[in-house]
Amino acid sequence: MASPFTPQQFLDLLPHARALSMRLDSVSDDGRVTLSMPWDARLVGDPATGVVHGGAVYALLDTASGIAATLNPGSAGGTATLDLRIDYMRPATPGQRIRAEAYCYNMTRSVAFIRAVATDDDGSRPVATANGAFTNEASRAAAK
Amino acid sequence: MTERPRPEPVQIVKQRRDAALRALVNGVPYIQFMGFQFDRRGDELTAIMPFDESLIGNPLLPALHGGATAGFLETTAIIELAWQSLWEEMEQGRLDPTTLHPTHLPRLPKTIDFTVDYLRSGLPRDAYARARVNRSGRRYASVHVEAWQDNRTRLFAQATGHFLMPERTSAE
Repeated sequence: MASPFTPQQFLDLLPHARALSMRLDSVSDDGRVTLSMPWDARLVGDPATGVVHGGAVYALLDTASGIAATLNPGSAGGTATLDLRIDYMRPATPGQRIRAEAYCYNMTRSVAFIRAVATDDDGSRPVATANGAFTNEASRAAAK
Repeated sequence: MTERPRPEPVQIVKQRRDAALRALVNGVPYIQFMGFQFDRRGDELTAIMPFDESLIGNPLLPALHGGATAGFLETTAIIELAWQSLWEEMEQGRLDPTTLHPTHLPRLPKTIDFTVDYLRSGLPRDAYARARVNRSGRRYASVHVEAWQDNRTRLFAQATGHFLMPERTSAE
């Protein structure tokens, strides 16, 4: 792993991840990264239902995906999202934590291909799925 | 011969439209949390994401978090869709915007899917976005969103999404 930070330290450095109270739950041996964030009334996107806005779920999936990209053995240490598509399957149940699990299923010299799934307490029915392409590059600031 | 009704005073028209937009935007907690604003010129909306430290995703560069950018674009698309229906109802006199209240708003469209292209890193500055509704049917809509910072022609992100439209309560 080229990153000088542990995943939790990396997460704590991201102001937007902190703003959404994201937490690193686990990193499996095969590189599956799980993050979660609590339901929060301030993140509600539809006042009629109390469901969290898709943008917050997107941020969680994007962050988990970025960490999965940098933890891949082929990572050069840094990453940025090139594109990320999210499919929303169902509303996340208000009051429940939202979890995102991301996995880098293919890595090239310059691109990390990622899939991710978001769930709430009912892990058998995804709230959202994501797939995207991330850059694989040296951490730009570290190189400076 | 029937006399053509005098047009309403401009201030009345503006007040009505601004009140409707305010009710729509203020009703969504996430919009307040993220600090998004909407600027209106006639029926055209420009969304604004004023820079804030909490939007940063890469503190070393620094750059905006891709998730914050995505949330901004998705919100722009949803508000544009809701605004277009609201505008139509309001201008045809079927809806009185003074009855709009955060607890009593038209149902919002639901995102089916949303794809963001990140074209360059988001700078620690204000960002702007406009949405274009490419197709809006009774049930499904397809929306494209463009976002820029300093230069309108240098987009830093663009997105396409599909949305499920709320069922209309009024008879069509």
